[in-house]
Amino acid sequence: MSWAITTGSRFLTAAQADWRGVDPASDRQRIYFANHVSHGDFILVWSVLPARQRHMTRPVAGQDYWHKGPFRRFLAQQVFHSVLIDRTPKARGINPVAEMADALTTGASLIVFPEGSRNLQDDDLMPFKSGLFRIARTRPDVDLVPVWIDNLNRVMPKGTLIPVPLMCKVIFGAPIHLRTDEPKAEFLARARAALCALQPRTEDA
Amino acid sequence: MMVDVQGDLIRVICGIAAVLVTASAVSFMLKRKLSPQGQNSAINNLDDRIRAWWVMAVAISVALLAGRAGVIVLFAICALAALREFMTLTNATRADHSTLVAAFFIVLPLQFWLIWIGWYGLYSIFVPVYVFLFLPIVSALAGVTRNFLVRVAEMQWALMICVFCVSHVPALMDLHIPGYEGRGVLLIAFLVIVVQISDVLQYVWGKLVGRHKIAPHLSPSKTVEGFVGGCLSATLIGAALWWMTPFSPLAAAGMSLMIALMGFLGGLVMSAIKRDRGIKDWGHSIAGHGGFIDRLDSVIFAAPLFFHVTRYGWALG
Repeated sequence: MSWAITTGSRFLTAAQADWRGVDPASDRQRIYFANHVSHGDFILVWSVLPARQRHMTRPVAGQDYWHKGPFRRFLAQQVFHSVLIDRTPKARGINPVAEMADALTTGASLIVFPEGSRNLQDDDLMPFKSGLFRIARTRPDVDLVPVWIDNLNRVMPKGTLIPVPLMCKVIFGAPIHLRTDEPKAEFLARARAALCALQPRTEDA
Repeated sequence: MMVDVQGDLIRVICGIAAVLVTASAVSFMLKRKLSPQGQNSAINNLDDRIRAWWVMAVAISVALLAGRAGVIVLFAICALAALREFMTLTNATRADHSTLVAAFFIVLPLQFWLIWIGWYGLYSIFVPVYVFLFLPIVSALAGVTRNFLVRVAEMQWALMICVFCVSHVPALMDLHIPGYEGRGVLLIAFLVIVVQISDVLQYVWGKLVGRHKIAPHLSPSKTVEGFVGGCLSATLIGAALWWMTPFSPLAAAGMSLMIALMGFLGGLVMSAIKRDRGIKDWGHSIAGHGGFIDRLDSVIFAAPLFFHVTRYGWALG
């Protein structure tokens, strides 16, 4: 099943990885943080990871979306081994950061989308939520790798049903870490800038 | 008659195999001598290219042996891959999503289906007339005017190049040439061989004796010597392959020269687009070569002209 999905996504997008800042062959534990434009985002990141790392990498996703209906639930739990978190701040059962930290403790790498939800505007990147800061504070030793997903928003824009085959690129930047005593806002701005910097020069439209 | 076609086809395929075996042997020796640890990138690239040539030669041989259906399916797949590369580079936005869906899933299959049923009157005008009119209509209905002319012009261009022109390769099987019935696959083999030999020999001549740049702004690696040497050798080889075609040896030479010239000029046009968009290759699907369009660009420009000249000069209606 996961083979079918990654092969399908490769066929559709000819997804190409551009390893600028990290060594793809290294087995270091990482938190990949990426821009979020569609539900296919983590599948694309996943499909370009080398097989060994794909098996140890789990996407962090919103429970509200992935618990709707048995099929989504099956995909999220059995196929993607997602770490599902509760995005509603009120009445939270378990702290999402604690859940991510638990997954890290088992040796898994994570894919997170610090914008919190899909970016449907024309802006390149929405402001980051604080989750990335909190997980970095909990586990300062883990590499935070910025990942820019390019072009996927054109493959299947919001509200459309049929994806079109266009080529996508996944760009991996150099890892960042939380500095000692770095304030939250400063860290989040730095992480966001690191991600923005990976964006290829867009056509002057 | 059919046995005859198969026999000729197998002769052609054996010839291609012999050329590739020689190329692989030469590359192997060069590699041992100059790049035993894989440190010479030019040799590694040559090695990659030859390996990809084997895959491409096997693909087209299988398609030609499978006949009409095989050739149409192969070139439809090439058109799809090329269209994906081209559309990726256009300014088409979210507002053009429906247009893109139609381009990939309606226009492309329909064009190749028209080739399959042999409806010349429609496949020769479908993209330049009907798609030309309806594509901007679909995009206009989305209501986003920003960059509108650029968007629709680029999408139309993509379809002309990647679907319309590419479809003229399998359309060669549809020509009714007296005394050449059922041999259309050989005409395709002739076109593809002459185009690719010309590309390769232009590269080889250019590497060996190339001094003067022919189009420094478009394609800095192309030289006058490579161009002249490549085109002339391709013309001679094409003339020697006249037995595959309905042409006399002299006409085969003239056709080959035309194919080589169009292929060269097509390569320049596609280079201009790549330079403008700041990319080196159209894609990365074919190791050592780049994308599908990098390999197909000369075929794309040669095919429609070759089709129409052959149709005008040799075919019945």
